[in-house]
Amino acid sequence: MKKSYYLFNPGRISRRDNSLKFTPVDDLGTEGAPRYIPVESVDNLYTFGSLDANSALYNFLGKEQISVHFFDHYEHYTGSFMPKDFLLSGKVIIAQTEHYSNSSKRLSIASKFIEGAAFNILKNLRYYNNRDKDTSVQIDTISQMAPQISSAKSIEELMGVEGQIRLTYYQAFDLIINDFEMGTRTKQPPSNEINALISFLNMMCYTLCLDMIHHTQLNPTISFLHQPGYRRYSLALDLSEIFKPILVDRLIFSLLNKRQIQTQDFDHQLNSCLLKENGRKKVVKAWDDKLNETIKHRSLGRNVTYKHLIKLECYKLVKHILNIEEYKPFKAWW
Amino acid sequence: MSVNGTLIQLFHICPREMWLHTHGINMEHTSETVYDGKLLHETSYSQRPEKYTEITLSACFNNIPLTGKIDFYDAKQKIIHETKRSDKAEVAHEWQAKFYIWLLLLNDIPDVQAILEYPKLRTSTTVQLTSYDIQHLTNTITTIQHLQQSDKCPDKIKSKICKSCSYYELCYIEE
Repeated sequence: MKKSYYLFNPGRISRRDNSLKFTPVDDLGTEGAPRYIPVESVDNLYTFGSLDANSALYNFLGKEQISVHFFDHYEHYTGSFMPKDFLLSGKVIIAQTEHYSNSSKRLSIASKFIEGAAFNILKNLRYYNNRDKDTSVQIDTISQMAPQISSAKSIEELMGVEGQIRLTYYQAFDLIINDFEMGTRTKQPPSNEINALISFLNMMCYTLCLDMIHHTQLNPTISFLHQPGYRRYSLALDLSEIFKPILVDRLIFSLLNKRQIQTQDFDHQLNSCLLKENGRKKVVKAWDDKLNETIKHRSLGRNVTYKHLIKLECYKLVKHILNIEEYKPFKAWW
Repeated sequence: MSVNGTLIQLFHICPREMWLHTHGINMEHTSETVYDGKLLHETSYSQRPEKYTEITLSACFNNIPLTGKIDFYDAKQKIIHETKRSDKAEVAHEWQAKFYIWLLLLNDIPDVQAILEYPKLRTSTTVQLTSYDIQHLTNTITTIQHLQQSDKCPDKIKSKICKSCSYYELCYIEE
């Protein structure tokens, strides 16, 4: 089973025969004991600490189809090393482009993303409403907005509806989460613990979607809801809309309410709040465990991991754009 | 677009798989079975590569370009050897082998036989080409060419073998 490796410590990574060798290096430049990672066990690498590597390593990673995602000191996602596309299909790229450039086809896919996101958001709210947290106001408001998704005439209108839904949804965060206040959603930099967790995990979700897209024939720059290719792999942003409520938000609720993450796990500055290294490790561990949890899939009759759900979503999109089967967004059924 | 041995084989297993494959939707990299088969191909009969040659062939029939890559061809005895992992899709393997015999025939090499080898089952099957088979292959390549040019993906075959196919999740994922 391949898995993700998260590198928090600074150090040097190199190729040693068919293994990866990680040598931690501390602030004074002293080398620690190296760790060897067999290459077959690596799905991808997430690097949070500063990493030294040479082109021989990247050639090797490229050959093995291993991507490396980079994050800066402030936990922002800064970019990825993606191996050469190995699944190219001219047919799929042309069909994907057609679905983008035809405005009604584009709108139809984009509204499915919001439909899926709204459904999964309501699922979360209802779950807590049944557990002594009164989120009925938000449930009603979002339920009333839902018909506007399918009747939207433009992407802008759709984005507006999406923004309203999300705003209402975030208002419920203070009801759901004990002991912490979120207030309004702030990014760049996040102002408190909840905002810090949302920013960090949203980015992890985006990166995950990007990784999954890379293992299909879809082109990550051609998106339907978000503006394509502008600075980001925007198809990953599209897909993450559907999965954020299920993966990110549920994890935040449980991490804070079960006190797995506490105030002391954050670094509070004058106008910002970021995870400390130790807190970050806990969050990443919980995130990784979450992704490897399995559910029995309804139409496949197989156990699949949460992570795999995203790849299955890509398959559905491929079928939609090739006119094989209409796309239905993922809706949590449990 | 040319028709090759892989497409002949896929077509006999599932036309949808053939259509997806021909349009660049490849799933083989996700399949343990495919990897296993590749490994088997590389490790079985390790002495053989010295004696036999891997050959690439091409021909044109009714304006349809045909190509094929034969694993091992024994030119002296005129025998094609094809190594397969399991005999689950034996009929499809036979048509692939017959296609190669036909390709050799179209290149003026008659009277060739093929042996399908299943090292894991420790069995093998001999395959010969009849005039009826040539008729069938002629029809097949025409159908394959139509499918390659068609924008419509064939339906799922909904068969027992779907469960072990590398395209299973793509085909059967719904919501």
